[in-house]
Amino acid sequence: MSAVVLKAGLLDTLQDGGRYGHQHLGINPCGVMDSLSANVANILAGNHAMAVVLEVHFPAASLQFTTPRLIALSGADFGATINGEAIPGNTAIIVNGGAVLKFTASVQGARCYIAIRGGWSAEEWLGSGSTNLKVKKGGYHGRSLQNGDEIKNRTTEKQMKIPMVVGSKGYVALPISANTSPLYTQRNFRCIAASEYDWLDAESRQRLVDSSFTINNRSDRMGYQLSGSSLVVENKEQLLSSAVTKGTIQCLPSGQLIVLMADHQTTGGYPRIANVISADLPSLAQMKPGSLLNLRLVDVQTAEDIFFEQQYLLEQIRVAVLKKFKQQNLL
Amino acid sequence: MKPAIFPLGDSAINITFGNVIDDSIHQQVMHLYNSLIDLNLDGVVDIIPAYASLTVVYSVVQIKQLTSNTCYDYMQQKIATAFLLTAEKRLHESRHISIPVCYHVSLAGDLVMLSIRKQISIDEIIRIHTATMYRVYMIGFLPGFAYMGKVEEKIACDRKAGPTGVPAGSVGIAGNQTGIYPLDSPGGWNIIGRTPLRIFDADRNEPCLLQAGDQVSFHPLSLAEFETYQAI
Repeated sequence: MSAVVLKAGLLDTLQDGGRYGHQHLGINPCGVMDSLSANVANILAGNHAMAVVLEVHFPAASLQFTTPRLIALSGADFGATINGEAIPGNTAIIVNGGAVLKFTASVQGARCYIAIRGGWSAEEWLGSGSTNLKVKKGGYHGRSLQNGDEIKNRTTEKQMKIPMVVGSKGYVALPISANTSPLYTQRNFRCIAASEYDWLDAESRQRLVDSSFTINNRSDRMGYQLSGSSLVVENKEQLLSSAVTKGTIQCLPSGQLIVLMADHQTTGGYPRIANVISADLPSLAQMKPGSLLNLRLVDVQTAEDIFFEQQYLLEQIRVAVLKKFKQQNLL
Repeated sequence: MKPAIFPLGDSAINITFGNVIDDSIHQQVMHLYNSLIDLNLDGVVDIIPAYASLTVVYSVVQIKQLTSNTCYDYMQQKIATAFLLTAEKRLHESRHISIPVCYHVSLAGDLVMLSIRKQISIDEIIRIHTATMYRVYMIGFLPGFAYMGKVEEKIACDRKAGPTGVPAGSVGIAGNQTGIYPLDSPGGWNIIGRTPLRIFDADRNEPCLLQAGDQVSFHPLSLAEFETYQAI
């Protein structure tokens, strides 16, 4: 065992890069909402980028580690503490057995990722450890963590090479950290016009990019509902169900928009107006209900360029962290 | 009709053949689907057929290693190649699956209402529902949920105004489509019976019983037979 859940949070699930290859059967991918934070947390824990992480929302789970472990947190700032002392995010941390990780306040962002050296041990279903809440498979018994759950990491003690921390604090933050702010955007979300973009009337197409939208309370891992200026679908045809994907922006019959997120269904019957670009999905995943956002249209070429620039920054983080791990003789 | 090709974000491409439920259009979708399966392209992570469209989800990280153009252009070219294969009329045989359904009113919450609304006896509804060979147009909404058609006009019925709790195995009608709920779920289809078969079983090697392109027929079970079936 690696950790015990002292107090469960709102929604704490084990996730990886998602369960792909089964969408033709209606089996949705799930996986982390914010892939960048999950990647960075894994890099800082010495893992491959898409090892299984624990994705927590606020209020988030309190965990007690049972043996010394190397961990890292990335994504939302939920005022993390170990044994009552504030700890930094985006930093490699060694915890002793008995150390208690708690989250005290929702400071910034919507989802925090906890990575552990070796990756969390998750039940695999169809090749992925991601939790599918609807089917109740993958992750930890296909569900959100509950009080008393015992979660493990995958690697054996011998492979871990984690030295006990000397001193009374019960943890140490290593001089191995990452700056993730260049990876994120705040307000403007770029998207590509989708198949039914032309179904909007001309005025609505203008409003789509001119007006601001608010992420309302009916927003979760399945999708974000946006409140704002109502859009008019000019084409009155009933759209036949067709595939949707992460970031697909559909126009509901009410004229309001919904952005599909990690737990989206595989198909949908609402007009697909646009699709948030891959590079901006992690930033969107960190937006809380009540936040304002604007949509900007870009072409596919631009979307790909932005994505690869971001991957390059992520690679720079990975190389720098790896170098520091070697200096600390921890890999 | 010449298909329309659109990006669905930067990691998926959508090919649309129209916006009508039509067997010959669906045949085109399935031909393209099968050609793409045969091509076994690197970087493709999902191929999702629907009534009149096909969507290919791909990994830009993997595709970028194969091309100096945009990944989207690369995928467009590959889809054009798949169309050429389709032109060779490569036929993939479709499976036929016969599904037992108990139409007893205790398992069919909307059967009486359907009978009244359509002015047709329950026996006649069952006769019509079991007389047709249906085509699975697509799987979506829930894991393993098959959208099948076409239901004869005499028993076709718009979906209900709001969703209610529907048990797994429930067989429903919405418009001229019929479908089976693979899981307990909220749903708005008119429920006319229930199958004891597990349409979706996460622990099975192949969790979903049905896939797009399958031919499906229904045969009636008595309540006693249904209960015996369930006990197995």
